[in-house]
Amino acid sequence: MKDFLLRYKSWGKEGKAGFLISPAFLWLLLFFLIPLGIIFVYSFCERGNYGGVNWNFTFENYKQVLNPVYLKTILYSFWIAILNTVICLLIGYPMAYYISTRKSTVFKNILLILVILPFWTDFLVRTYAWLVILREGGLINTILLQMGIIQEPLKLLFTDLAVIIGLVYGYLPFMILPLYASIEKLDPSLIEAAYDLGANGFNVFWKVILPLTSPGIIAGSILVFVPTLGAYITPDLLGGAKVMMIGNLIQQQFLKVKNWPFGSSLSFIVLIIVLALLIIYIKFGEPEVEK
Amino acid sequence: MLTNIKEGKLLKKNIVQIKDVVKRFGNVLALDHVSLEIPSGEFFSILGPSGCGKTTLLRLIAGFEIPDSGEIFLEDKMINSTPPYRRNVNTVFQNYALFPHMNIYDNVAFGLKLKGIGRAEIKERVMRSLDLVGLSGMGDRKPRQLSGGQQQRVALSRALVNEPPVLLLDEPLGALDLKLRRQMQVELKSLQKRLGITFIYVTHDQEEALTMSDRIAIMQTGKIEQMDIPPQIYERPRTEFVANFIGISNLFSGNLRNGNGKIYTLTTSDGFEIKATGEGIRPERNATVMVRPEKIQITPGEPKNMSHNINILQGKIEDMIYLGNVIQFIVKLKEQKLIVLEKNYDKTFEFKPDQDVFVSWDIYSTFVLSERVENERLFAQV
Ligand SMILES: Nc1ncnc2c1ncn2[C@@H]1O[C@H](COP(=O)(O)OP(=O)(O)O)[C@@H](O)[C@H]1O
Ligand SMILES: [Mg+2]
Repeated sequence: MKDFLLRYKSWGKEGKAGFLISPAFLWLLLFFLIPLGIIFVYSFCERGNYGGVNWNFTFENYKQVLNPVYLKTILYSFWIAILNTVICLLIGYPMAYYISTRKSTVFKNILLILVILPFWTDFLVRTYAWLVILREGGLINTILLQMGIIQEPLKLLFTDLAVIIGLVYGYLPFMILPLYASIEKLDPSLIEAAYDLGANGFNVFWKVILPLTSPGIIAGSILVFVPTLGAYITPDLLGGAKVMMIGNLIQQQFLKVKNWPFGSSLSFIVLIIVLALLIIYIKFGEPEVEK
Repeated sequence: MLTNIKEGKLLKKNIVQIKDVVKRFGNVLALDHVSLEIPSGEFFSILGPSGCGKTTLLRLIAGFEIPDSGEIFLEDKMINSTPPYRRNVNTVFQNYALFPHMNIYDNVAFGLKLKGIGRAEIKERVMRSLDLVGLSGMGDRKPRQLSGGQQQRVALSRALVNEPPVLLLDEPLGALDLKLRRQMQVELKSLQKRLGITFIYVTHDQEEALTMSDRIAIMQTGKIEQMDIPPQIYERPRTEFVANFIGISNLFSGNLRNGNGKIYTLTTSDGFEIKATGEGIRPERNATVMVRPEKIQITPGEPKNMSHNINILQGKIEDMIYLGNVIQFIVKLKEQKLIVLEKNYDKTFEFKPDQDVFVSWDIYSTFVLSERVENERLFAQV
């Protein structure tokens, strides 16, 4: 009888639970793990002449990454991703704070809808819109010229600045939403308690509000940093040929240069770095703020 | 001893003064011309039903709200617009509001660190403060690892460590179970006496207020109805609201006539004549008088030894409720019912439901209640 119960229990544990998660697992297998496996295998092959691979094992593709030209692109991508994350945080935090501290729920919801409104249009289309705004005869230059603030049109498009503007615009909602969620959860009496104990606004922010909303900061930063690292539409359209990020490099290797193995090794390295960062965060960075 | 007497004199000084404060939230009049004075070292309770403005009053003193009109003084300084972090008061919040990301030590040290006190002194004071509330050795724990009662003590310790002259407590024991609450009441009271800190203590528990306070303010819809020492609040409730809010009261309404001096006679609608005492009461009007249930005697026959100073009414026992040390009788008069509490003597059991009885009580236990007291007058009497 005991034996039966034990077996029944373990069936319940693995059999049932396994059944429940199997569609999710299948999905993951089909669209994530299998392509990842293919990329992994490709990254150790020699390039085929017209795309594709020759099945000879080699480390060359990984060595090639260390080539200063490519290394520079990788470092540049990290720099852009960090910059974008920081700017999104600096803009997003006050916005999220403002939204979550509104008293009227209706007003709050309207603001939140405004934040996610851009998602109703395709990202590509929205990036094209920035093209129209930033180009020489575009909206900004026209206005500045008309007002007589500048005499010559500014060179805005196809610069680092244009890329950053496009990226901040594109990823800001990913920062605001998790920040909103964690600021909304913040108990206002904790802020009052800090004031009560002698903290001025500055101290209340640094010692209470910031640490308690750090889960939102971290979640938002990951949600902005990771996709920015792989961004390629924005640098491609707004940076022109001048700005190249890892995403563009990978795309170039697969579609233009037809060096699939090198493209694969680049993809894999980005993946490993991102994964490493996430693991470091989970292991050491998890703040103990949950009540 | 001599120094004690000196301190005793110093205690008379008012540390908190509130003058004619009004506070509105939209249409809600949360505080309606409230005035009060609290001497240094007093255990002052604010008692009233939910929504009467207790928390708002406390928040005005703490600095989380600014009065629409009126003035707040702390240690003789007008502090109407002083921000909370520059006020020499600390608050024990109802939900404790402990910082979840800090351990107990850092929670308690929070205020001292902001004052720029040296590390060694901070450590010493935090340890002493944790010791005071019986939590020494808990410094490394996080708030969520503590029980509700322990969290309550941390909140107390975090406020007391700053040695504020005034401590504000908003229903600090409201979330604790009854037994723990009774225990904490005793500890809080003895702590307050020992430290000599002025406590402004908000509660909706009348027993708590009666047992702990030096003085109680009873509030209703933004106004202070009565402000007095606990026995006075119970024995001489000034208004119907206070009479009903504190303990059980028997109320009679009718027409009031002045008898002689401080003795009044009330004629109820069902024809009873009840004598009552009062002071400065306007006669020849409709009024309410009250008597506490435990002041009433119940007898099978007409009580002997009749003096003029006794109200005697005839009625019938409608119900008897056994409460252990006392028996509660519901006595039906003509129209009105009367609650009578009798000590549990053996002869109390001889009464039976439906029995005709006499109820009697001293006229000096009967008082004429005021119409709603205006704040100005109340203030003048304190
Ligand atoms: N921030 C606020 N906004 C709107 N109304 C409030 C606010 N604070 C208190 N009130 C209202 O003021 C009245 C008094 O509230 P409060 O002081 O919290 O009462 P108590 O503490 O006695 O229960 C209530 O009617 C309450 O709804
Ligand atoms: Mg309250």
